[in-house]
Amino acid sequence: MTDETERPITSTPLASLRAAAFWPLRLVMNLIDRPLTWLQATFGQRAMIVFFLLPNMAIFGIFVMLPLVINVIYSFTGGSALFLDDRVGVGFEQYQTLFDCRDFTDPFSCRQDAFWAGVYNTLTFMLLQVPAVALTALVTALVLNREMRGRGFWRAIFFFPVLLSPVVVGLIWKWILERNGLLNALLNGLGLEGTVWLGDSFWAMFWAIFVSTWAHMGFYTLILLAGLQSIPRDLYEAADMDGTSRPRALLRITLPLLWPTMLVVLILALIRAVQIFDEVYVLTGGGPGTSTQMLVQYIYQTGFAALLRNLGLAAAASILMGLVLMVLTLLQLGIAARRSREVAG
Amino acid sequence: MAYRHLNLALPLLAGTLLASPALAQTEIRIMWYSDGNEGEVVADLLERFEAEHPEIDIVLDEVAYQTIQENLPVQLESGRGPDIARVTNLQTLNEHWLDLRPHLSDPAYWEENFGSFLDWMRPAGSDAIPGFVTQLTVTGPFINATLFQQAGVEVPEQGATWEEWIPALRQVAEATGVPIPLAMDRSGHRFSGPAISYGAQLIDDEGNPVVPDDGIRAMAENIVNWHQDGTMAQELWGGVSGTTYVGANQEFANAEVVMYFSGSWQIAQFANQIGDAFDWWAVPNPCGTAACTGMAGGAGLVGIAYTEHPEEVATVMEYLASEPVIREFTARTLFLPAHAGLASSGVDYVSDDPNVARALDVFLAEVGRLEPKAIAMQAYRFNSILYGAIITRLGQVVAGELTLDDALARMEVDIADQIAEASR
Repeated sequence: MTDETERPITSTPLASLRAAAFWPLRLVMNLIDRPLTWLQATFGQRAMIVFFLLPNMAIFGIFVMLPLVINVIYSFTGGSALFLDDRVGVGFEQYQTLFDCRDFTDPFSCRQDAFWAGVYNTLTFMLLQVPAVALTALVTALVLNREMRGRGFWRAIFFFPVLLSPVVVGLIWKWILERNGLLNALLNGLGLEGTVWLGDSFWAMFWAIFVSTWAHMGFYTLILLAGLQSIPRDLYEAADMDGTSRPRALLRITLPLLWPTMLVVLILALIRAVQIFDEVYVLTGGGPGTSTQMLVQYIYQTGFAALLRNLGLAAAASILMGLVLMVLTLLQLGIAARRSREVAG
Repeated sequence: MAYRHLNLALPLLAGTLLASPALAQTEIRIMWYSDGNEGEVVADLLERFEAEHPEIDIVLDEVAYQTIQENLPVQLESGRGPDIARVTNLQTLNEHWLDLRPHLSDPAYWEENFGSFLDWMRPAGSDAIPGFVTQLTVTGPFINATLFQQAGVEVPEQGATWEEWIPALRQVAEATGVPIPLAMDRSGHRFSGPAISYGAQLIDDEGNPVVPDDGIRAMAENIVNWHQDGTMAQELWGGVSGTTYVGANQEFANAEVVMYFSGSWQIAQFANQIGDAFDWWAVPNPCGTAACTGMAGGAGLVGIAYTEHPEEVATVMEYLASEPVIREFTARTLFLPAHAGLASSGVDYVSDDPNVARALDVFLAEVGRLEPKAIAMQAYRFNSILYGAIITRLGQVVAGELTLDDALARMEVDIADQIAEASR
């Protein structure tokens, strides 16, 4: 039997050209094939799984697991030095500092009041922004799913803010909302009195939620649109033949069948809400006071922005936040697994 | 045989000729930030240096101030970084500065002319010469004098107190429809000058923090009252959280502010931005019950301890610190000189703007009126902790989150906690 790597197979000119072009590739594949065949023959099928997963696992280990472990170690150290060698071991002291509270319902009774203000602000943001973004995305998806003129254009319009950098989003809205901004100019033009929107706690949180909803709605709309389009059309045709009204079809067909997709949207929005930092930081700087200072901003300011950095405290806070995110991610994975079982079943 | 030798020799000769200038040159990197035109000026000065010293190739890395504050310390901690850097955080990072003394041809010149400020950049008790202060800065107010003229209000004279200034500012704002009578940089450093004027100690003789005290409380009460009665705009101090800096340069340049309390480093920027749109004057620091002082500050050029070329770094530094060069630098950048020789002989500033000349005169006079504490704070290792705690907590009072009493109590705890953490 002739070895294909030795010379190209020639029959027609085109085939010989193709064979010549693929000859180096075949050579490489043959070179790889021999050790892999040996590996499979010696260690069995499982070794192959490990072999193919190894590069990805190495990247994941170096860039995700290792920093995570280092972060955990940092959370048990103190001082202002950057490198672990120069830092002092302090056990659970950083965690104790974070949990040193007279009354957990009142952030200002805590030693690290900025941390707890961040926790409560993130919670408030999450409870208000997630339903807001899910609801507006749902309504938008339902509208965009209908037959209409320029549907592609409208979809692009709603998706456009997702393409913007969070810093750009924050800056645009800051210019709109500042004392001499577009909104106040508009109100003044209408004979109404403007206000310092970002100088008031209530309005600052309102605009943080509004801007974040505006910026991310398009992404979730896209997911829900895909969910809507996966609902079989014949269900609607059958309902139509039975004389079912549109609102009833929405309640009895669309929403129940869209619910698994909506769950994914809710979990993704929850994770994003817990991680919120960039656009709110650019928009409000966490103010007024600490009224829009989120948990990630606390970590950033404690660990990086201060001239004398408290990396231990920042690491401990980030570990606590990581635990919350882990619970949410497991929830998402559980839902996704259940959904795929349902689809398979 | 002869050809074979020629074949070998020619490439070798060509390679040597091409490589020799590059091999002979030592590269010195300078990390530099600019408030105004100083990057352009120093680039020009360094070009002349390179013409005189072909053996040294200088790479000027112009970066944002934030890079100096956030990235440079990380580089230094890992034993890397540029050869020379322009920094404001002179004291906290002093362990990373190169002692130039053994490499300088005339250390006495440095002590004589920059001696007053060397303690800002070296550990207490050390005689090291890490670099020099490129410019001295003093905090103080600017006013929109045109608005005063339009309102027909007299500008309070030197020695006027805050209690005399505030009604005048409000009167001008009301008469001219300007929204902000007083704006002050959201910065603990800017707050500290007026606080010292009300008797604040900030640190005792042993270097222990004395925050809060009656002076801090008096000025903090002023700040809170001025926000409540509309003298100061809510969004500057109350609009952000933590230690975030907020300035009012744009608002002042747009004639939306009657008095802007900032510092001498704004002169070049205002000369450029405002031009002859209105008369902007620097005025002496308003007085409190104890003094009429601003705060000293400044940027310094320091050698970095991890450089592989300390001799060349010293050569560059000696050139930049020499009297003719620093004189030209100061004259063209409109900075206050930190060089004793220049301070006594005076500088012919390169500007025909009368507002610039007036502002420089006022700030130079303010240097002489600085309280010792306002200078000593610059050499205090934990000054950023004090400033940070003050501005964080006062911001919360302005935003209505804390009472002044709570804020002052928390300042003390914050400072103690952070110093303890940094001292481990």
